[in-house]
Amino acid sequence: MDDRVAAAARLLPDYLGQHVALSAAALGLGLVISVPLVLAARRNARLRWAALALSSVIQTVPSLALLALFYPLLLALSAAAERTFGHGFSALGFLPSLLALTLYSMLPIVRNGTAALMNLDPAVIEAARGVGMTDRQRLVRVELPLAAPVLMAGVRTSAVWVIGTATLATPVGQTSLGNYIFSGLQVENWISVLFGCGAAVGLALVTDQLLGLVETGLAKRSHAAAWLGAGLLLAGVAVALVPVATAGKATYVVGAKSFSEQYILGELMADKVRKQGSSATLRAGLGSAVAFRALASNEIDAYVDYSGTIWANVMGRTGTPSRQVLLDEMDQWLRRERGVVLLGALGFENAYALVMRRAHAQALGIRSIADLARQAPRLRIGGDFEFFARPEWRAIRDRYDLQFRDRRQFCWKTWSR
Amino acid sequence: MTGEARAEARSLAEPMIALERVSRSFDGGKTFAVREVTLRIPGGAFVAIVGGSGSGKTTLLKMINRLIDVDQGAVSVAGRAVESVPAHELRRRTGYVFQEVGLFPHLSIGENIAVTPRLLGWPAAQISARVAELIELVGLPHSYLERRPAELSGGQRQRVGVARALAARPAIMLMDEPFGALDPVTRDALGTEYRRLHQNMNLCTVMVTHDVMEAVLLADRIIVMRQGAVVADDTPHALLCDHPDAGVRALMDMPWRQAERVRALVESRANNG
Repeated sequence: MDDRVAAAARLLPDYLGQHVALSAAALGLGLVISVPLVLAARRNARLRWAALALSSVIQTVPSLALLALFYPLLLALSAAAERTFGHGFSALGFLPSLLALTLYSMLPIVRNGTAALMNLDPAVIEAARGVGMTDRQRLVRVELPLAAPVLMAGVRTSAVWVIGTATLATPVGQTSLGNYIFSGLQVENWISVLFGCGAAVGLALVTDQLLGLVETGLAKRSHAAAWLGAGLLLAGVAVALVPVATAGKATYVVGAKSFSEQYILGELMADKVRKQGSSATLRAGLGSAVAFRALASNEIDAYVDYSGTIWANVMGRTGTPSRQVLLDEMDQWLRRERGVVLLGALGFENAYALVMRRAHAQALGIRSIADLARQAPRLRIGGDFEFFARPEWRAIRDRYDLQFRDRRQFCWKTWSR
Repeated sequence: MTGEARAEARSLAEPMIALERVSRSFDGGKTFAVREVTLRIPGGAFVAIVGGSGSGKTTLLKMINRLIDVDQGAVSVAGRAVESVPAHELRRRTGYVFQEVGLFPHLSIGENIAVTPRLLGWPAAQISARVAELIELVGLPHSYLERRPAELSGGQRQRVGVARALAARPAIMLMDEPFGALDPVTRDALGTEYRRLHQNMNLCTVMVTHDVMEAVLLADRIIVMRQGAVVADDTPHALLCDHPDAGVRALMDMPWRQAERVRALVESRANNG
């Protein structure tokens, strides 16, 4: 077996287990919310409208954004809880992912459920009243059994969506099959990306087939098929959860942002901890701002950050003091304001720079940034996702009045090639 | 006084179904589907309600088992106001058959027939005996009990509809265009068979129909409705002979004209032959 395949396969129990745990919890919670909502909306046109509109709107929010938005929301809630009850909760990882995916799972269930209950044959409803059923008996004995196959089809759609979207939980710190994809993309390990895709697709297909068995069972009134499907589904979830449940909680959690250097540095730190006899896990693929907040709120124990980022983005400072002054001030500020200890400088310079092809620069006579500013309206500038939002860029742009013809953003790795 | 005479006297004093100046509007009182109708129907009667569409006949029928509640007036069944018990209990004691049948598609024929006895909590053995008895009574083979409604023809489905309505031994059968969607041959057969059941079980039947011929051939008493009011209420014989109301005369002329046409046709054939 290819080394990379073997490496990916070793991670599978953990990634798959966490992915299944997240998806199953989100779908379960989605059902617990959606089904009563559908039942309540059965007799209430206004509530029905509201439920459908809300779940449709949620669906139009890009899924990654939905996941990302829950992080600051939960962070604020956690801070409020800390103030009120004395202890907060983890705003990173499982919880924001669970809430976002739960919301995401609701639309197909709510839509199919209301459609199924609203479109029942009026003659059957009349007959149910005519034979003397109470409202509750009518719901349980007639309406729900007749609506069940359509409702179940909604659950199927929902399950497939949730499993696919759960791969996006990686950037908010929840391990999932998305870890293969995000890290593979960063370090150009296409085997890893394919492995992650394949696993997610396989999981979705198997789940869909088993839910399909339940659906067919309900439609054909075959209790055996419905129970078989449900049983296999539960058994599958249980098996997938074994590695997650049995894995001991690591003593240390090392964080890493989502580019290759960070993956390597994070892995090195985790290795170092392990060599000293403690257990450590790596939470890689965190967003740049997410990583610092995670450290400050004690969700990760250590990670590597960049002095410029802390100085400008976290501390909100401008000006460029000398290296030693900056490190000293940062150390004091972090300790005082956030209770974070600066362990020390790693000893490498990692600054942003403007670069051009030599021939191009010579042809245009560009030797300085001032020269560049004159030619800028005819040139296109490229940068990573973060760069154009950073204070350094704004400072240099305003100072030299840099007006480029066009601006493009690239994934760090692709851009640096 | 003999027992029979006593029963007779009681049924006169206390009708099976009594409607007292009942009204119902569906638009807040601008127009009335049923307006101030008073009716007494004794046990054992077979009453047909006829009239054009929108005349209020279905609304009147549904007031009896509270599928529609009255705005004003009082309805009582077997001497008790219908509001004195929960609506579902009243309906379990009242057979209800309607044109669309409304068999439960997810249940077998047997389960469909057993619905009301089950709601009433009959013991299982008693229910299955009753289901077996009913499937025979409506002329279907026992093997049909395991089938689904979708596997049956329209006529067979309505036979099951009648069996379901009769399952809990109701004293009253309410029928809303029960055979209206069936082909003429099936309709005639089912009508005649139902009339026999009505007789044998001493039921009180109220049947809404737009088919005057059906009303004339099945019922003992015909009620003609127009714009929410009763315009005629008599035996088929009396209504067929003469009536002061022109509309009623026109309606009751129909069976005559049909019979005349058939006879003319038969005679012309005979003459030509």
